[in-house]
Amino acid sequence: MTAELIAQHQLTPEEYQKIVDILGREPSYTELGIFSVMWSEHCSYKSSRVHLKKLPTRGKLVVQGPGENAGIIDIGDGWVIAFKIESHNHPSFIEPFQGAATGVGGILRDIFTMGARPIAVLDSLRFGRLDDPETGARNRRIVNGVVSGIAHYGNCFGVPTVGGECIFERCYDGNPLVNVFALGVCRKEDVFYAKAAGVGNPVIYVGARTGRDGIHGASMASAEFTEESKQKRPNVQVGDPFMEKLLLEACLEAMKTGAIVGIQDMGAAGLTCSTCEMGSRGGVGIEIELDRVPQRAAGMQAYEIMLSESQERMLLVAARGREEEVFEVFRKWGLEAAQIGVVTDDGKLRVRHHGEIVAEIPNRELADEAPLYNRPHTAPPCAPRQPERPIEAGVQEALPTLLAAPDICSKRWIWQQYDYQVRTNTVAGPGAEAAIIRIKETGTSVAMSLDGNGRYCYLSPREGAMLAVAECCRNLSTVGAKPVAATNCLNFGNPERPEIMAQLVEAIEGMADACRFFDTPITGGNVSLYNETLGEGIYPTPVIGVVGLLPTAPPVSIHFQNAGRTVMLLGGIGSSDDVRFGSTQYAKEIVGQLWGLPPLLDMEYEQRVQYAIRRILEEGLAESAHDLSDGGLAVTLAECCFGPAEIGAQIEIVSHLRPEVLAFHEAPSRILISTADPKRVTAIAEKYEIEAPVVGVTIEKGLEIRQRTVTLGSWEIAALKSTFERAFESYVR
Amino acid sequence: MKFGVIVFPGSNCDHDAFYAAGHLLGQKAEYVWHDSEDLGDVDAVILPGGFSYGDYLRCGAIAKFSPVMGAVRRFAADGGLVLGVCNGFQILVEAGLLPGALIRNRSLKFVCRDVHLRTETSNSPFTCAAQRGEILRVPVAHGEGCYYADERTLDELEAEDRVVFRYLDNPNGSLRDIAGILNRERNVMGMMPHPERAGETLLGSADGLVVLESMLQARPVGA
Repeated sequence: MTAELIAQHQLTPEEYQKIVDILGREPSYTELGIFSVMWSEHCSYKSSRVHLKKLPTRGKLVVQGPGENAGIIDIGDGWVIAFKIESHNHPSFIEPFQGAATGVGGILRDIFTMGARPIAVLDSLRFGRLDDPETGARNRRIVNGVVSGIAHYGNCFGVPTVGGECIFERCYDGNPLVNVFALGVCRKEDVFYAKAAGVGNPVIYVGARTGRDGIHGASMASAEFTEESKQKRPNVQVGDPFMEKLLLEACLEAMKTGAIVGIQDMGAAGLTCSTCEMGSRGGVGIEIELDRVPQRAAGMQAYEIMLSESQERMLLVAARGREEEVFEVFRKWGLEAAQIGVVTDDGKLRVRHHGEIVAEIPNRELADEAPLYNRPHTAPPCAPRQPERPIEAGVQEALPTLLAAPDICSKRWIWQQYDYQVRTNTVAGPGAEAAIIRIKETGTSVAMSLDGNGRYCYLSPREGAMLAVAECCRNLSTVGAKPVAATNCLNFGNPERPEIMAQLVEAIEGMADACRFFDTPITGGNVSLYNETLGEGIYPTPVIGVVGLLPTAPPVSIHFQNAGRTVMLLGGIGSSDDVRFGSTQYAKEIVGQLWGLPPLLDMEYEQRVQYAIRRILEEGLAESAHDLSDGGLAVTLAECCFGPAEIGAQIEIVSHLRPEVLAFHEAPSRILISTADPKRVTAIAEKYEIEAPVVGVTIEKGLEIRQRTVTLGSWEIAALKSTFERAFESYVR
Repeated sequence: MKFGVIVFPGSNCDHDAFYAAGHLLGQKAEYVWHDSEDLGDVDAVILPGGFSYGDYLRCGAIAKFSPVMGAVRRFAADGGLVLGVCNGFQILVEAGLLPGALIRNRSLKFVCRDVHLRTETSNSPFTCAAQRGEILRVPVAHGEGCYYADERTLDELEAEDRVVFRYLDNPNGSLRDIAGILNRERNVMGMMPHPERAGETLLGSADGLVVLESMLQARPVGA
């Protein structure tokens, strides 16, 4: 083994020595490849594991926490949901369409591997600025590719894509983020685990044939991008959603036979990862013969077969003597299945090729004892405390500008390309406060929301991560759901840089505190590091997905429903100052800068606001409800007016804040509602000790905002709505 | 009444059609696998939406060769009711049971949204429970739903009162806003919008149920 070959596999000399110690000899070329993918950052979490342990993972409803293909939560009546979020950032930059498509495919397999039928997908996307003179054209191409890739895969597979978020910043120019969340449902007793057991049981391969695509995909996702990265296009896999749909139906049907002992999909690190992880979890060995692996290309080497990331493949262990029951199901669905090996008792992954042993590695050391780094971390990078230029007032002009801003405007152009209704469970889909999917079997529904704010996290990773959790929970509460569990996707730059590592550590700690506080344990997730191109890192972007439960009922709308209703602001006007204002969309779009700190969060208060809104909705007191986030009060008000009837509002607020701060600050813990019964709402607010000022009344047409007697702005709703609805299409053209 | 829901590899609205007929309408429903050459004792057939055989080659182009389509052809020839929705419509067109073609949306993009349909005729077993001119709110979800046929065929469809639904807000560029058509014998209908998705106000609209209710009314049990 030359030092050069070792370095090419992104292994340090110390890591290589550890391999030699484990094996008691030099590794073969195939073994080197196997170790390099299993010990890549992507598969081993070697830089983050120390800190991930700080996350809360237990709870009353948690059936399965981190460590499996997806987390599992008990939703009652004998039913459970399985869900997780995963990133496919690096492949989506190199080849947007296939990168995003296979991102969807990968997370869907994680869900149905557990025995759960996927019933919802959400996406959290980050792209570079679309109007940038230099990179805009490329960014638009990436947006088009990613969106059509997600649509292609999800639509054909038959899972509704029901929500998500999409943000644009210069820092994502060379590093778009594609995070996909999926959720499935099944009976509690039907959950399957990725665990091999039973010495002598057959190991069966099913699905697409193995080709040379995707070799070293996991390692690619564990390095920064350089000028040479375009040569990595062959590392990106090609997806076939039709094959995946067949796999889904066949696997669920095969599971029903009772002949399957354990099952895992082949995702990152393909056959390598699925064999050694299943063996390690079960404390057994696995021996396979590569000649029996269905292959797409002729003359593939052991190294290539073990490292291929060809899509739509599953590995399962069946009960000995009952293989035929499993094969029969796969034949029915026209899928290729082959016994490629057996479970052994020696705890080793033994790989043969043409009968010769080409790799023999202890499973546990390979899968679970990857190097662990407590990398040095200093302090996150600092932003200026104050803006360089004074903040100009002008609420009248700023509102339409913000409504057309890429982060705020309607993303209908995106989500209309997704089938968000298939399976007829979508109670609330894209564009709503949170997605709601009813479970036909239980009479209850699941609400889901994704959130992450790179600007907030850049200014304070800890507070930004807490704000994301709070906002997600608030979104769920605002549709009447009780948040119960979470999954996270941590997108960061190069962890070998101490200031980036500091961002990761602080964000994890903030997220841990908030998830503990809101009682939403993290049941699984994903870490994506090295999101840097040519030395330029992304904003720290932890994305959180929270799921909540609620009874199945017609959803409350974000839109005002009738004129003459009282408009109330649960949580109150809130406060901000010049420092906290630097993280807002106003600062980004109108001032053109980022400074200061994110909005101030008081979790106790936030919690009480959420209790209050859930109570208000339970009692049927709110005709509309919409939480305040990007763009603050004025943007939220405008969005409430964009219903089919275009019901408007006359708002009058007493406040000492400067007009633009009052209208656009982004303090959390605030929800705007319209109600016919302000007295009862006030009583509930008092019970939970939160402010709930009456801020105005809904009217037939127009939106006007006054501060005391001064009119800050007055708008025709049709014009605002058209700005909001049409802006995005003009950016992507 | 017993609805047979055909399942091709890649069908993904089969469960939805089954739920609408079986649960919302309270009728019997059963799945019929694509390699079956016999429909059994079903009273009506639904070809559901999805991506049969991956929609490779052309939407519906492979499905038309599947064994079950022979049975569907015979069933239709005997006067049985056949409803094709979305991919089901594409299959019926490919199989020659309905005229014309469904080509790529004008926008070149997949589109999923609610559309408004005008019921153009109540003289059909799929709309006899609706009023002529009745407006229905029903979702579409397709990439290749632009109805296309030559002028003569279009004229003929109109002259014979075989255009069942037209879009008020055409989402795909279909000629003459056509959303659904009948065969000459009026017992086979194809439509791109999804009536089975518009079965409950909880999900936004229950307007689509009238299609299945009409089928029930047209072929009462025992008839």
